[in-house]
Amino acid sequence: MKRFLLPLGIFLALAVFLGLGLRLDPREVPSPLIDKPAPAFALPTLADASQTLRKEDMLGKVWMLNVWASWCVACRQEHPVLIEFARRQVVPIYGLNYKDERANGQRWLQAGGDPYVASLFDYDGRTGIDYGVYGVPETFVIDKSGVIRYKHIGPITPDVLQQKIEPLLRQLNG
Amino acid sequence: MAKALPTLRHLLTWLALSAGLLGTTWAGEAVPLAENPALEARMQAIAQELRCLVCQNQTIADSHSGLATDLRREIRTLLDKGQSDQQIRDYMTARYGNFILYRPPVTSSTALLWFGPGLLAVVGLLSLWLILRRRARMSADAFDPDLPEGSEQP
Repeated sequence: MKRFLLPLGIFLALAVFLGLGLRLDPREVPSPLIDKPAPAFALPTLADASQTLRKEDMLGKVWMLNVWASWCVACRQEHPVLIEFARRQVVPIYGLNYKDERANGQRWLQAGGDPYVASLFDYDGRTGIDYGVYGVPETFVIDKSGVIRYKHIGPITPDVLQQKIEPLLRQLNG
Repeated sequence: MAKALPTLRHLLTWLALSAGLLGTTWAGEAVPLAENPALEARMQAIAQELRCLVCQNQTIADSHSGLATDLRREIRTLLDKGQSDQQIRDYMTARYGNFILYRPPVTSSTALLWFGPGLLAVVGLLSLWLILRRRARMSADAFDPDLPEGSEQP
């Protein structure tokens, strides 16, 4: 009987590790940008190519940056959640229209509604790279001093808003 | 036959046109290489050590994803500005974390990754040695006797 104890122990240890491994999402790469100053940007808005928005324009308020694109399938799933959240006016939401065609982006907002105060137009994806974007949609919460306090990868769900983002916003605005 | 001829001519024209199209796209891809082969080689060397975050089992050099293409372009730009390989790796980790490096630095969170295999090998060799030593000390009758080939088991 005793001789089975060791293999059984090894088997259980392996099962526990593999079980834990199944629960981890390899796509959730922790961002090194959390609690760091948000990278600077100066981008035209999606609505108006002659209007430029900079990081400095955002200082003094807590805001949310949502990376989206008209070619992004998961953004479609997220969009109604954002529309509803914007309607409640908890926080100004800015969009980062990532590697998109201007006309496609504009059409997408016309069709599905526009939850954004404004969308930055990042045609070549350089600002996206500065923000470590690798899977659209992604969402950042940035505080009054321009520091990134939270990043969510993948579509925002009502759960994420309720459990993560809203408590953080209350804390940052409090 | 006289009717079939124009169709054939059409087909040939289309073939020639598409061949021309293919040719230009290939030439377009090859431009950076021809411009500065040394820089392109350095870019490749750096990109081979970086993990593509979109398709995580490929390097940025191998991947055809949009992000990998952009990051290769970024590496080229930074090399053009005269940045060192280390500066470029720092640029990447500042944005994507150590996860992007196929050879992450040794820290408390990567120690198991670096030393785990060696540790396992040491543990394995140690247990092998212990088992062999214990067996060597056992008396000969603890084992089944070696039987000549073809003989019946008792």
